Parts: sequence; structure tokens; C-alpha cells
Amino acid sequence: MISATDLRLTFGKGTPLENPALRGMSLTVNQGEFVTVIGSNGAGKSTFLNALAGEVIVDSGTIVVDNLNVTKLPTHKRAGRVARVFQDPLAGTCEGLSIEENLSLAIKRGQRRSLGTAVKKQYMEQFRESLSSLNLGLENRLGDKMGLLSGGQRQAVSLLMASLTPSAILLLDEHTAALDPKTAAFVLELTTKIIEEQKLTALMVTHSMKQALEVGTRTVMLHQGQVVFDIAGKDREGLEVKDLLELFETQRGLSVDDDSLLLG
Amino acid sequence: MLSNIAFYGALETGLIYGLVAFGIYLSFRVLDFPDLTVDGSFPLGAAVAAVLIIEGWNPWLATGCAVLAGMAAGAVTAILNVKLNILNLLASILTMIALYSVNLRVMGRPNIALLGEDTVLTPWYSLGLEYHQVPVLLFVIVIFISLILLWRFMKSETGLAMRATGANARMARAQGIATGTMIILGVAVSNGLVGLAGALFAQSQGAADVTMGVGVIVIGLASLIGGEAVITPSTVVRALIACVVGAIIYRLAIAFALNADFLGLQAQDLNLITAVLVTLAIVLPGIRTSVASKLTRKKA
Repeated sequence: MISATDLRLTFGKGTPLENPALRGMSLTVNQGEFVTVIGSNGAGKSTFLNALAGEVIVDSGTIVVDNLNVTKLPTHKRAGRVARVFQDPLAGTCEGLSIEENLSLAIKRGQRRSLGTAVKKQYMEQFRESLSSLNLGLENRLGDKMGLLSGGQRQAVSLLMASLTPSAILLLDEHTAALDPKTAAFVLELTTKIIEEQKLTALMVTHSMKQALEVGTRTVMLHQGQVVFDIAGKDREGLEVKDLLELFETQRGLSVDDDSLLLG
Repeated sequence: MLSNIAFYGALETGLIYGLVAFGIYLSFRVLDFPDLTVDGSFPLGAAVAAVLIIEGWNPWLATGCAVLAGMAAGAVTAILNVKLNILNLLASILTMIALYSVNLRVMGRPNIALLGEDTVLTPWYSLGLEYHQVPVLLFVIVIFISLILLWRFMKSETGLAMRATGANARMARAQGIATGTMIILGVAVSNGLVGLAGALFAQSQGAADVTMGVGVIVIGLASLIGGEAVITPSTVVRALIACVVGAIIYRLAIAFALNADFLGLQAQDLNLITAVLVTLAIVLPGIRTSVASKLTRKKA
């Protein structure tokens, strides 16, 4: 379980470019929930994810992951609890290292790293098995450099890497946004499959309202650094994009001016 | 042609600079950390070893201390960068400048002669080899052991974490790697190797001098880039072998250039030759591929 309470963060404090990104954001995600997060540009989606991951440290508020207060911990000290897939397909893997080396890095996420050999024979069966579930033929290319793979393939491997070891939460930061529609659909399908099979707790930021309603068990909308609505269960069933927009307008008395939310 | 003495001399120095190239490979290539500390840590290694040998220490123990001193210098550079957020290049220049004073303090004077002292080479002269072959034999052994150790390290969990740090720091952090610690460790090991090179150089040349570090970074880079031009560094072990091969080729090329009477070059032209060789090493691989692509295009 993770709970974020009253997170506040302002970029460029005291300068003309002062930008309050999080303004009292609170959200609790229970074990096994798959939350989709939507919001217009500048709503604080990415900042919220970065705050959970530790890439930015909040000005105030608390973040608790599995009963551990991680508010002030840097990224690498949270990595054992927080797994992550980036928006940029090239960001989640090292192109100069082989597939098996990348996976061997990920299998030790958040653990002590020794002076023993990194790529161990005992890993290989697990690696082959998980790679073959992608149906990309990568299980026979373990020694290939990551840079030889396409963006979609690399994003699929990033997903595998994030789910290779258990975590309290899996953060997905618009991880299909940079892919072509067909590959994006493949990666999204893979995402839901992995999350369901391994019963992962996940938080997925997306730019598409349609996608936000189609996958996951709960949808949260952010606006101006706060949660404006949060729906799950029966309320969420059968909901369509226009219902979401209505909900947003009635709750805030605002109209959505960001066309990109309607697309996709 | 080269005389026997010039040939073995070039090999001997080339092997020592192979260690420098290892260090520069670690900082420039693995960590993507342009580190100029080596111009200071090379004479630091020489100074520490020379002073301790004069004091009557075991030469291997003195050499070990030189390695530790080099590591400390590297750690200072990396800490300036990681903890105090000083640009990596600038951090290394600051340490390099500071080391000039440190080296003078360590030695107490600008140079120390080691003539007549017991060095790591002394026992090897009784093997019955030709005089000029002795340092070559010892340094081949040293560089072979260093290469194996470095290679094993790069393949280890910690070594892989270090490679990830240099290649994609954001991903490394997300995998729970303390990237700052990795940079400090890597730059320290890099300069430890350079300190070792300095200590061996002083013992084989019979003296340590405060100015002996000038241009070490350029020679090391020349060796690294030249080696990569000859052997494609597609794996760690190939990259390490390329460092040694590059360093030896560089030294042989210098020796040929200085020995070829028709060129009329003299010792003072060394830095000019170095600059020309480095330029060639950087430019030639590009020319080779463009020529190759032109040839294949003609075929098609």
C-alpha cells in the first residue's frame, strides 16, 4: 500500500518562473489496485510520479510505501519498493549492455550488489521464460545489445525488468505515449497482462481518457496539483469519456481546454 | 629501423601507459566522466613510491601506497563533482592543480633519484634476461593481472552497476544503484591505476619528477583512441586489450618517428607528434568507414 498525504512542491521558488506543481495532493493506493491517472498538461501527473519515485523531493507532505516513510529518501533507496517504466522507451534500458545484462541489473533492483558475476547461469531460465511471453523472439537473443532492439521491444523489456522482482508499486509514466499506435496497443496489453498475472499494485499516468477508463480498476484525475475526482468500482463501470468530462466540469465548474485529453 | 634498446624501451613505456589507458577507459568510457586528474595522480604515484623507497620500504609496499594515493586523488575529484556539484571536468582540473603542490610536499623537492635503490625490478635482473627485457617482462605480468582483475570487476554485479551509471544514470537510479557512490568508486579505481603506472614509471626510469605528469592525459587518450581504432571495443575484454595495444602502438610510433633520421624529428618535437597522432587516431576511423561506404555503394 502507498499513501501520499498533502504533497506540496513548488519549482523555482522565489523566481518569476515560480510554478506550484503539487498543491496538497493526497492519494492512497491499496494493495492490488491498478490506478490510471489523467490530467491536462501541467496538472502535476509527472511531478507526482517523480515525487513517488524519489526523482524530486517534495517541499512538504509525507509519502509512505509499505509502512516505510520514504518522503526524504533518494531514488536509489526507494527502488526496492518502487518499480518504474519511463515514457521514453530508450530511458528504461542501457543500449550499450546486452539484454541479459540489462535483466541482470533489474533482478537485483534495490538489493546489495556484490563482486560476484552479474550474469548468472541460474537466471537464464527465468529470463528466457519471461522473454518468451513477449512473443518477440527475444529469448534467443539474450546476448544481443539492447541498442539493436526497436523502441517497442525496448519498452516491452523495460516492463519485464520492472516486474522481475516484487515491488510495492509499479509506476508507469505514459509509457505507451512515444510508441506508434500498434506497438502502443501491444505494450498496453502486455502491461495489463503482467499486472493481472502478478497481482501488482500499479499507477499508470496516461494522456488518453479512453485508455484511462479501459484499463485498470480505478481512475484519478488531477488538476492544478490536486486530485479533482477519484472513481472506482461500480461508479466507474460503463463510464465514457464524455461522462468524465461532465464530471470534471460539474466538480470544478471548469471546462477542459486541452484537446489532447479527448484524443486517443 | 629501431635499435633493440629503443624497441624494448618503447614496449616498456607502452605497457606502463597501458595502465594509464585502463584508467582513462574507466573514467572517460565507462563512467562518461572526463577526468584530467591523471596529470596529477601519475606524478603522485611516482612521488609516493620514490619517497617510500628512499625511506627503505619494500618497493612493492611503496607501489601499493602509490596506488592508494592515486585512489585518494581520484576520490577527491569525484567527491567535488558528486557531493559539491562541481562540473566533472572542472573538479578534475582543481584536483590536478592542487596535486602539483601536494607532489612537491610529498617529495620535499622537485625530483628524487632512485639510482642504486632497490626497486620492484631489482630481483628480476638476476633471472639472466637481457637488461632491457627485464622491465618488459615484469610489466607484461602486471598489466596482464590488472586486465584480468578489471575484466572480472566489470562483469561483476558492482561493475555492471558502474557501467549502467555511466550509460544511463536515470535508469541506474531506478534500479537502486547509488550512482554517486559508483562515480566515486570508479574515478578512484581509475586514478589508482594511474598511480600504479606513475610508481612503475619512476622505478623503471630511476627517478620521480614533479613535471613528469604533464600531458599524461593526452598520451592516455591517444592510446585509448588509437587502440579503439585498431580493435573495435565491442566487449569489455576487447576494450581493455585495445587500451594496451593502443598504448604500445603509440609508443612504437613515437620511437619510429624519433628514430627516422630522414624526418629530422628530435625529442622536443614529442608533443607535436602526439597531437598529430591523436588527431589521426580520431579522424582515421571516420575516413575508413566513409571510404568503405563509398566502395559498397559502387558495388550496388
